[in-house]
Parts: sequence; C-alpha cells; structure tokens
Amino acid sequence: MGNKIVNYGVPSFIIVVWMGINIFLFVWYYLFYDRGDNFFYTRHLLGSALAWARAPAAVLNFNCMLILLPVCRNLLSLIRGSLMCCSRTMRRQMDRNLTFHKLVAYMIALMTAIHMVAHLLNVEWYNNSRQGVYDELSTTLSDLADMENTTYLNPIRTTNLNPQQIPLYFAFTSIAGLTGIIITLALILMITSSMEVIRRSYFEVFWYTHHLFVIFFAGLVIHGIGGIVRRQSNMEEHNFTLCKDQADDWGKIPECPNPEFEGGPAATWMWVLGPMIIYAAERLLRLIRYVQNVQYRKIVMRPSKVLELQLVKKGFKMEVGQYIFLNCPAISQLEWHPFTMTSAPEEDFFSVHIRSAGDWTDKLIEIMQKLPEGAQGPKMGVDGPFGTASEDVFDYEVSMLVGAGIGVTPFASILKSIWYRFKDNDPKLRTRKIYFYWLCRETHAFEWFADLLQLLEKEMEQRGLWDFLTYKLFLTGWDQSHADHVMVHFDEDTDVVTGLKQKTHYGRPSWDKEFEQVRRDNPASVVGMFLCGPAALANVLEKKCGKYSDVDPRRTKFYFNKENF
Amino acid sequence: MGKIEWAMWANEQALASGLILLAGGIVGVAGQFRGWEFAAYAVAAGVFVCLLEYPRSKRAKGTSVERSGQYCFTVCVKAFGPLTRNYYVRAFLHAAICVPGGFMLATVLGCVCLGIASLIYLAAAIRGEHWEPILPRKDVRKPVAESIKNPPQNPPPRPPPETRRKQAKDLEGAAYDNPSSVTDD
Repeated sequence: MGNKIVNYGVPSFIIVVWMGINIFLFVWYYLFYDRGDNFFYTRHLLGSALAWARAPAAVLNFNCMLILLPVCRNLLSLIRGSLMCCSRTMRRQMDRNLTFHKLVAYMIALMTAIHMVAHLLNVEWYNNSRQGVYDELSTTLSDLADMENTTYLNPIRTTNLNPQQIPLYFAFTSIAGLTGIIITLALILMITSSMEVIRRSYFEVFWYTHHLFVIFFAGLVIHGIGGIVRRQSNMEEHNFTLCKDQADDWGKIPECPNPEFEGGPAATWMWVLGPMIIYAAERLLRLIRYVQNVQYRKIVMRPSKVLELQLVKKGFKMEVGQYIFLNCPAISQLEWHPFTMTSAPEEDFFSVHIRSAGDWTDKLIEIMQKLPEGAQGPKMGVDGPFGTASEDVFDYEVSMLVGAGIGVTPFASILKSIWYRFKDNDPKLRTRKIYFYWLCRETHAFEWFADLLQLLEKEMEQRGLWDFLTYKLFLTGWDQSHADHVMVHFDEDTDVVTGLKQKTHYGRPSWDKEFEQVRRDNPASVVGMFLCGPAALANVLEKKCGKYSDVDPRRTKFYFNKENF
Repeated sequence: MGKIEWAMWANEQALASGLILLAGGIVGVAGQFRGWEFAAYAVAAGVFVCLLEYPRSKRAKGTSVERSGQYCFTVCVKAFGPLTRNYYVRAFLHAAICVPGGFMLATVLGCVCLGIASLIYLAAAIRGEHWEPILPRKDVRKPVAESIKNPPQNPPPRPPPETRRKQAKDLEGAAYDNPSSVTDD
C-alpha cells in the first residue's frame, strides 16, 4: 500500500478532486432545476428530463473549460519551470497531460450523450404539450406566447406543420438545436479519428480532424444564446401553488395574472473564454516560433537512414532530454512533429537524430540527401523546447535510465550533459550514480549512439571514473549467428557488436535482478527510474518500482517517470 | 497523407454511427415518440451496422489490431464474399440505410454520422481498398531435414591411446594442422 502512495498518490488525488467537482456540479444543478420553484411550470411540461438535461450541461461547461489546458504545451512548460523550486512530484504530473486530456474528453462524450437524450425527450414532450395531448394546464402553459402582456414558456411555437416533423423543424431552426447538432457531429468525428488505431497509424487524419474543435467551441459558445430554458419571473404576483389548478382564469382574476417567463442567459462563454484565449496564445506563440530564423550548422546522414541535424537559433535555450517540434513547410504547412534533442545544453547548437518512420520523415531525409555539400537545408520552424521527465534526472541521487529502441535518444542528451557537467565539476549535479540500460532488437540505426558511448567510455577511463556510469546493453533480437560470432570472439577485450568495453547481454533484462542490485548498492537512496520506450515495458517497470520501493525513508525508494509522445 | 487507409477511419465512424443510431432508436421507442416506427427501424439498422462493422479489416500495410472477440463476426462477414469485401457496396449500403433515420429527430444524428461514414467508405473504395478478414495464422513448421533422422553410427575418429597420453606433456607435438581453414579470413 505504501508503495502505491509513493508512486500513485498525487495523480489519484487530482483525479479524485476532478471527479468530486464533476459530481458536485451534476448534483447541484440537478437539484437546482428539479427543486427550484421558478421551474415548477417548466417541470410540469418536462418532468425530470429538464434536470437531466441541465445537470450534464453544467458538467460539460466545466470539462470544456478544462480540455484545452492540458494541450497548451508552452503553458505547461511555464508551470513546470516555475515549479522548479518546488516538489518533484508536482512537476511529474505535467507529463500526464495527454492522459488527462483524454479523460476529460471521455467525460465530455458521456455528458453529451446524457444531455442529448434528455433534450430529445424534452423536445418530444414540448411538442406533445403544444399539440394539446396532455392536461389542460400543459395546454394553457404552451399557449402562452410572446406578446405584449405574455411571455412564452414552450419554445415550440409552430402548430401548423405535420406534428411528427415539428421536432426536426424545431431542432434545425432554433439556435440551440442547430448548434447542438453541429457540435455533436464535430465531437463524434473528433472522437472516431482519435481512436488509438487511427492515431498511431494515420496521424494526419487525427490531427486535421481534431481541428474541428474550432467549430465545436464556436458552436458551444452560441449554443445557449436563444434562452429557451425558461423560468418563471413573476413568482410574487403569480403563486403557482394557488394558481396551478385555475389555468382557465389566468389573467382574468387578480390573484392569478399570467405567469411570466424568461430565459436563462448563455453561461458557457464564462467558463471557456479564458482557456480559449490561452490556447489562442499558445497557437500564436507557435506561429512566432515558426517565423524565427533557424540556421543549419551541420547536416549528417548517419548509417541506417538516420538523419542528424545540427541547428542554431537565436535565444534558444534547452535542458537535457527535452524535445522540440519541427515544421517544414516544404513538406507540409500544418504538420509539427516532435523530436527529442540529442545534444547537451552545454553545446552551442542543438541537434536531433531523425529516423525514417513515416511520410514526413521519409520526405525530409529525401530532401536532405539531394542537397549539395555545405548548403543550407529547407526552411524549418522550431517550436520548443518542451520539458519532459528527463529534466529531473540530476535531482535523483541515483538514476536508472532505460532506453528501448528509438527511446534511447533522450539519453544521448543526458549522457553528454553529464559528461560536460562532470568535466566542469558542476555543484548542482546531485547524481552520484547512473545505471543505463539500453534495449534494442538490433543496433542497426543506433550506431551513432554506440559511437557516443565509446567516446564516454574512453574519457571516463582516462579520469578513472569507472563507478559513475554503469551501462548494460541488451540485444533482444539475437539469433544463432550472433551467438556463434560471440563464441569465437569470446576472449577479446571489447564487445563484438558495439566495440565497447561493456559486454553486450543477449535477450531481455531480468528486472528483478537489476532492481535487487541497485537496491543493494544504494540503500537509503531515492532512485529515479526514467524510461523512454513501449507501454508494455512501462507497465512492467512501474510495477517493479512499486514492488521494490519502501515508504520507510531509511530504505530505497524508486520513482517511475515515463516519457511519451 | 499518402499511406492512409481511409477504410480504417470509415470503420470507426460507421461503428460509432451504428451505436448512435441504436441509441436514438431506443430512446424513440421507449419514449413512444411520434414516428416511433422510424425509431424501431433505427434499432434494427443500428444493430445490423454494428454487426457488420465490428470486425476490423486486415490492413494492407502494417500490423492489424483486431477488436476483442471479433473472430466470430469475421467469419460471418466473410461468408458474404464480394458483398462485404467491396467498399463500394458498403458505401451505398450505408447511404441507403441512413435515409429513414433522417425522418425523426431522435435518429437524425445517427443518420448524418452514417452518411459521413458512407462518404469515407466511398473514398476508400475509389482508392482501391477492400475488406480483408483477419484470420489466425497457421504456423508453417519448417520441414525437418532428412539428415536429422540418420544420426552417425560411429564415434568420430580419435588418435590411438599412446598419442592421447602424449598430449598432456607435449602440447606442441599434440597439435595438428587442419587441412582447411576454420576461421572467416
């Protein structure tokens, strides 16, 4: 239990608070519309469907306000920066922004469904009342129209169409109905194109369709301006308890004048205006970043179709393991793609290693290959840098870094930076020990990383710093020919695959053994585990961190941090 | 956007539309709305669309992820052969199914969503995509080589006992030259 508190405490708390607010809003507004006296007559026509429509509307307002915030990456970076002084746990929550965005989206979808069903019932019952199907009170209430001395309650005013078509007619000719249908349609399209299958394989479809949120928010803001949810405004003059049974005499007797109704004002804009402005600022900032000049310092084609770009931009400051978004209008005007930086902050340029992984990257590599020697590359927009968990790697006394496949990239930046800081004897470096685990099926496409490790290995040897960095390489895609090759070269000093002094391990690591070793070597330490790799591995490691952590401060504690894009 | 298989998105959209049509139909029937006959139709149509769209197609490129428990549906859908394989048929089918939903408010959203799915399927059909069932792979075992069935009858040749005793004291004398090279160079 203690382990769970250590690793899951803060995010669970945030979810609990969020759910609590949702439940509170739902119940509060449900009771407001279900018990409020000024809605007595409205309820007479609609029953509890009124409250069932208004309660989700309130929850929708709250969640539509929230949904834009987790995707304002510059804002999050700012918050992260200002929390540098504060707890590490709070900063880690910024990494889960996409998870939160999805959670809020699910809530919006659920509430939209409830809201829509309730309103379908409302429209049907309003229509029936207008047609005079129900009791006398309902008919009288529905007859009240917007004239000199009466105000309407029932928003459906037409009677001279085919009664079956009136709901459709009402939906498409009222502002609330029309905007409701349009924005629900936009929401459905956004959701179907955000399914994991589509997002992982056809990102462009997801990205472009998701821009329907502009229509969603525009429609959402004007959805309520018709004021068709009516409440009684003359409670003093017209007491409903007295007058509800005397519908015939309304307006004719002094104690029962006609009840007057007014619509509630549109309230959604008050909730969403702030976040909309923040998001607009975010997009504007991306535009400004895009316009800023970016120079190419070096363009290198690495083995296995990996492109290294070294770029220079005025005023660009980065931290270890951060990522940037690149936009190349020559390939696509609107697409921004994230890449982890592989350079250290101590260098006077920033670099990315781009691997062929789809349309955009393939085209970029193609363009670069056709460039003449020493020429500048195509215009590139750079947005960022954005923070990730790797920034925290120096705050932990002991760090376990796990890079799987392409996930090894942020660690290039970290290891380089470590090296620079060590050379400069940086006092801010709290790290005493780093364990680095590199897992990949084959070293194909990562020769550049092996080169980096070789360099570090040499320099550490020169300074006698064996203990600082322990790295283990795991080749998970070995076969018989590998094994044979290794057997023949068994006695050599350096590894056959990487040329490094550390021998390559074959197969997957036994995490239990690794955690045991780290725990043994570092009692009473706080160990940060950083992973950049697949979700399955993240689950395994997160569980192991929980299993081997101890709430007791005299024992080792493992904190799990995951990077994701 | 070259590598997009529109059918994958059309499938998600159509499945969602089926559910929305079904939900709208249930509301219409349960609430005894005017025009509840259209709602009843929408329930049937929604169920049909969901059953048709539940099994995901195999992707032309890349790994296909199937929905849980879709195997039975795959078999049923596959049984209709070209009717379900061809996306033109699906596009027109969905377009036809969605029309009656447009006559009632409760089902109009399902109608529009299914109409959009139909258009995306049309785009997929124009690009030449078609539905492929995801079937479990039958593992083809490598045929066992003949030589494995006939192990050697005799042990490998060894030098006579006198020479073997010599090896412990005289390493140089015990070594022998290989007739052919055993290293890669």
